[in-house]
Amino acid sequence: MSASTANTIASYTGKKLGSLRSERRWALWTAYASLIVATIIFLAPPFYMLVTSLKSSSEISNLSGNPWLVRAPTLENYKELIANPLFRGFFVNSVIITLCVVAISMVISVLAAFSLARMKFWGSQALATGVFLTYLVPDTLLFIPLYQIVGSLGLLNSIWGLILIYPTLTVPFCTWIMIGYFASIPKELDEAALIDGAGWMQMLTKIFIPVALPGIIAATIFAFTVSWAAFVYPTAFVTTPEHMPLTIGVVSQLIRGDTFAWGQIMAGALMAALPPVVVYAFLMDYYIAGLTAGATKG
Amino acid sequence: MAQVHLRKVVKEYEGGVQAVKGIDLDIADHEFVVLVGPSGCGKSTTLRMIAGLEEISGGEIDIGGTVVNDVPPRDRDIAMVFQNYALYPHMTVYDNMAFGLTLRKFDKGEIKRRVENAAKILDIGMLLDRKPKALSGGQRQRVAMGRAIVRDPKVFLFDEPLSNLDAKLRVQMRTEIKKVHQTVRTTTVYVTHDQVEAMTLADRVVVMNHGKIEQVGPPQELYHHPKTRFVAGFIGSPSMNFIPARLEETSGGLVVRMTDRAVLPVPASRTARYAPHVGRDLLFGIRPEHLTEPHPNEHRPNIAHFEAAPEVVEPMGMETLLHFWVEGHEICARFDPAVEVAPGRPAAMAVDMDQMHMIDPKTDLVL
Repeated sequence: MSASTANTIASYTGKKLGSLRSERRWALWTAYASLIVATIIFLAPPFYMLVTSLKSSSEISNLSGNPWLVRAPTLENYKELIANPLFRGFFVNSVIITLCVVAISMVISVLAAFSLARMKFWGSQALATGVFLTYLVPDTLLFIPLYQIVGSLGLLNSIWGLILIYPTLTVPFCTWIMIGYFASIPKELDEAALIDGAGWMQMLTKIFIPVALPGIIAATIFAFTVSWAAFVYPTAFVTTPEHMPLTIGVVSQLIRGDTFAWGQIMAGALMAALPPVVVYAFLMDYYIAGLTAGATKG
Repeated sequence: MAQVHLRKVVKEYEGGVQAVKGIDLDIADHEFVVLVGPSGCGKSTTLRMIAGLEEISGGEIDIGGTVVNDVPPRDRDIAMVFQNYALYPHMTVYDNMAFGLTLRKFDKGEIKRRVENAAKILDIGMLLDRKPKALSGGQRQRVAMGRAIVRDPKVFLFDEPLSNLDAKLRVQMRTEIKKVHQTVRTTTVYVTHDQVEAMTLADRVVVMNHGKIEQVGPPQELYHHPKTRFVAGFIGSPSMNFIPARLEETSGGLVVRMTDRAVLPVPASRTARYAPHVGRDLLFGIRPEHLTEPHPNEHRPNIAHFEAAPEVVEPMGMETLLHFWVEGHEICARFDPAVEVAPGRPAAMAVDMDQMHMIDPKTDLVL
């Protein structure tokens, strides 16, 4: 190899390495910039809610000064809300509805997913697709026929009506998550359990549920979020405050005609958002693991 | 402990594809039978039908005197070891082994006794509190075997249990499996595609091909007396050489003529057997280990000699493999590593004609 060739290769390699490094730097800068912009966009509304919830009514209505800053922070809005029996009622309703809906959704979707994913029967594939397709029908279309059904059952203006119909939102997606998770479990595991003497139910409870726990947690979080945050159905089916969940209770009771109790609305919204935030903060890893199950060969 | 009988067992999938085409097999009590064959030959399907994991399309499977065609796996009193171990990932080794007994409502003390006994046999006593993810491949395979042993079933079924292990561990576990069988003496059906595993483990080997049984017999019988070309080629490593040859009669007796330069005399003991085929184009079969360097003080009769120049020489340490071509057919010879050979340099070879096979290319049967 001549000296000039060696030099050319050396300079070429050097340039190549340099450009790789600068490409990586560019990618990092772009990533950071985009993430910062996205964070600001997503965190601005809750931050504004927090700021507003800490202001008194007079400070909120005062148009002078920077609305993003609090001059005289107060917890008055929170105290008033917590002291308000109506608000406590909304909270209790939301908790009852969510707990029941999560339980119903998980029982149905785990059983459905197990049978669709593991017990091969005629039409199981088509059924699995069908279950997911129902998830694609928006609740804004469904609430009219559902109104008739709930009405005919005499469950209008009752939390039990909501408990009955929320699973139409949660079960399809939860089933779909669980089908993915169950399908990713090697078939030899159920065969080993079959030979060990397990029946289908024992196989589900003793093997599949423990092994698929991340998937079950992901589906539970989804069902929890959907039923906690549902707005269209309670708006349509519940009319009196004592049966309202937080989502519509806060809005309907804290807005009187054209009078908006902004401080309390924001405090109520923040308190309503707290449980999902706590749940996600602790179970985020399971949620991601559950959603991505089966995406790669295990 | 039990006998296993397969009578005209058929497995047909949707669309009419037959994976198993009416096989008959009798497995004696305490016997270690290995089903061996290339992928797609139906060996795993057969095992899974014995386990009850696949439905039987036709025929009958009898375990311990009971026809089990419609008996679910849990009631067949069998235990199975899978290729990927199939350990329950959320349970400890102890719980994995105890699971089957717990489901069968065994007394806790009895479960403990059995698990500890199996752990002792397999030398995994110190692993009982671990979860499967904290075990190596070999340890997982031992636990899978332990799970089978504690059940004390009528039959052990092994589905390619060593395929996921590296070569060294595979040899070690092979010995382990043989040792366990010698201890517990449970009737065992073992599936593998590896003929070395089959030969070393089996009391009897069942060679399968295209959903049929080609031959059943003890390893040595299959090695020395294969009935078909497939068995002759499948058993033994490197595989048997097959060379087109004509059987001719000369004044000195029968000869095998491969080329004009390679004419080998047939031993007198085979004359009667081969006489009806004189003048036919057949396949001459000889294993590499019977095609070696000549020994100067060789007094055995029926050793034929010829010369060939190897194109490829593979020193293996304990032996040297020589590859050369005769009439477009690759031939492998097995030489002592002390013999100096080089590619392209003619080497004298000795054929042990007592070990020869003649195969009818039309029927693929060994004559």
